[in-house]
Amino acid sequence: MSAVGYAAVAGQIVVVGAGAPLLTGWMRQVRARLEGRAGAGVLQPWRDTRKLLRKEPITPVGTGSAFRTAPALLVATTVVAAALVPLLSTDTPVSSHADLILVVALIALGTVALALAGLDTGTAFGGMGASREMTVAALVEPTILLSVFALSIPAGTTNIPAIVSGAVDEPGRLASPAGLLATAALAVAVLAETGRIPVDNPSTHLELTMIHEAMALEYAGPDLALVELGAQMRLTLLLGLLSSLFVPWGIATGTSWAALAVALVLFAAKVCLLGAVLAAAEVFWAKIRLFRVPELLAGSFLLALLAVTASYFLSGAS
Amino acid sequence: MMRTTHEIDATELPLRAERLLADGHRLALIAAHHDDDGLRVVYLFVSGPPDTRTELHVRLDPDRPEVPSLAHLSFPAGRFEREMRDLFGIVPLDHPLPRRLVRHFHWPRGWYPMRPDAGPAPAFGEQEGPYPFLEVEGDGVYEIPVGPVHAGLIEPGHFRFSVVGETILKLKARLWFVHKGVEKLFQGRSVAAGLPLAERISGDTAVGHALAYCLAVEEATGTEVPVAAQNARAMLLELERIHNHVADLGMLCNDAGHGVLNAQAQRVREQLLRLNKEITGHRLLRGGVVPGGAALHALPDPGRLKAIGEDVREIADLALGHSTVRDRFTGTAILHADAARTMGCLGYVARASGLGADARTGHPFTPYDGTGLTVPVHDSGDVLARFLVRAEEIDVSLTLIEYFTEGLSAPMTVLSPPPPSAAAPRTGVGIVEGWRGSITTRVELTPDGTLTRVKPVDPSFFNWPALPVALTDTIVPDFPLTNKSFNLSYAGNDL
Repeated sequence: MSAVGYAAVAGQIVVVGAGAPLLTGWMRQVRARLEGRAGAGVLQPWRDTRKLLRKEPITPVGTGSAFRTAPALLVATTVVAAALVPLLSTDTPVSSHADLILVVALIALGTVALALAGLDTGTAFGGMGASREMTVAALVEPTILLSVFALSIPAGTTNIPAIVSGAVDEPGRLASPAGLLATAALAVAVLAETGRIPVDNPSTHLELTMIHEAMALEYAGPDLALVELGAQMRLTLLLGLLSSLFVPWGIATGTSWAALAVALVLFAAKVCLLGAVLAAAEVFWAKIRLFRVPELLAGSFLLALLAVTASYFLSGAS
Repeated sequence: MMRTTHEIDATELPLRAERLLADGHRLALIAAHHDDDGLRVVYLFVSGPPDTRTELHVRLDPDRPEVPSLAHLSFPAGRFEREMRDLFGIVPLDHPLPRRLVRHFHWPRGWYPMRPDAGPAPAFGEQEGPYPFLEVEGDGVYEIPVGPVHAGLIEPGHFRFSVVGETILKLKARLWFVHKGVEKLFQGRSVAAGLPLAERISGDTAVGHALAYCLAVEEATGTEVPVAAQNARAMLLELERIHNHVADLGMLCNDAGHGVLNAQAQRVREQLLRLNKEITGHRLLRGGVVPGGAALHALPDPGRLKAIGEDVREIADLALGHSTVRDRFTGTAILHADAARTMGCLGYVARASGLGADARTGHPFTPYDGTGLTVPVHDSGDVLARFLVRAEEIDVSLTLIEYFTEGLSAPMTVLSPPPPSAAAPRTGVGIVEGWRGSITTRVELTPDGTLTRVKPVDPSFFNWPALPVALTDTIVPDFPLTNKSFNLSYAGNDL
């Protein structure tokens, strides 16, 4: 394997890790400006992280290993997933292992780790958040699987780099009914998985309405910094996955440094644009009643199922 | 306005109270007093229009301070009696719920802060027995304790939810974490020195409480307030209503996750607060209402108010036109009219449940005929109804401000001549429709004008018990929205 491949993997991890707080800051800033507020600036999440890292670590009495390992596990699973998913290049030393099911499982592992940590604290909020998160996750993970699966049928493999490079070669696959349905399904699933409006409200201070935040209420200092970084990285990763699958142009498919550099710039531009669109949409949306969330997610699951069906029949016919 | 006072015997009390309540009166206040010759309890019943105020005075045996409980006749009476027992040690006989209310776990046993011999607050002592929460038992029922310290910038209160899944089976609110002894602090002050205290009973209701206090003092001293001052007061009262209503309309949208309308509503509120500062010199309108009159630095500009009114209408329309926001509001936490009536609810909470009481029509301190005052009433009792009532009240308030501003000039300080000193102790009652609902304040003065007893009652005292009732069968994530739609005062309740 060439040095470019290793550089691409390292680049993916660094871009997701370092860029995630910036993406969050960018989305908050877009939202603030659209609402007529000044906003805290794009760098604010990094400032928050710096502040949290300087604090002393605190663990609540009575918590066990689930609570202590969850932040590291959350970030670690996201880092591994960031290395696997073809964000910058489809031709990397690990691309043969970048299986769709593995990536979804890694994301689910992070979710479960945080839910267990919420339960481990023994507080009402931790348990409540964990219960809600599991309800949402149980509906979201199959949707993610199915919608990417719909795209894997034309490619004939569940290997994500193969799906992406296939789409680059044959853009017609994306404009197909299956591709469009899968895009819609995956977009909703990403909103739910990352705890955005209309499923969860990341900026709320109301403990009783929280989903993701409720599980992280007992964290402080460096642990909280890791949990927040993990959540931001997941958002970046999933938006990146979305852009890789549906707007794959620009991703390096060979081993040239120039292509990698172009891929890096285009990746940043695509994710920023996607983040801005999401932030703008959130301005116009409101959070739906918790009991309506399953309806929304069931709808997105149905779209994914239709995508698979359409993909199966259409590609079967050809 | 007429106020009649009857000195009655304790044994007569239940019958007299029952007759007054059957007559359409509501219990506005119960206040205990320490006279030189023992304890006296005042029961104030009011009805209106026509503005009628009836007081029953009951003298108690100093050695055995006991009164027959009225809790079976009136729900608020039961709460006033519990408050009175915790602060004065007066025992309500046969009370159906003889648990403590104000008294916190670690107040010393047998210490009653409102007694003249109570002295300064002692160190926390042994707690007066356990005070467990009612445990709801059953398959899958769990408890969520929330507060008293919350994540947002709100006042302290402890809520205990008994929940199955996400559905609330029972909610218990435990308050009085901010009991400051306001009633005690009033005692011995001059009338002028009482005003700053009245303005701070609940910070967001500076005009409402100050006005109720001033009206009570003026009735006691027999002061005639000039018309210009009455108009200025009516205008300030409405200014207070709109700045609070606008803020809450925005926050209701925010709690539904629709932040953009909150950002806009808070922008409008900031404009109003700046206007308030121009008018009275204080952003929350302190200093505008004074005993005997009113003081204004400036008058509200009709053009600015008109623009603000249009902004608010647009915000309310956008909120109601948003399908998700409307869905979150509709049918959430319904308070039925029967429940609201039984609990004696006041203000927009009552008006959203179909009860049209308003002290501006029932107990007007200045004529409201021909001012354009209408009282918006909705009967669905949900968050949407409370939102609608408040949105419509803003429009009415803007009309009233325009009416009352006419003929005023600023800067102005209108004061009636100082009242003559009297030979005997005097009493007075003030009733004002503050933005949360009817505020009742009763004062007693010595002949030289020193306050011997001030009892303010914020509408929150009546409305707090309605919150758990409205929340039955609501889901936990809708609690913050419901709580905001009631927006009750902790400070005004805890006193």
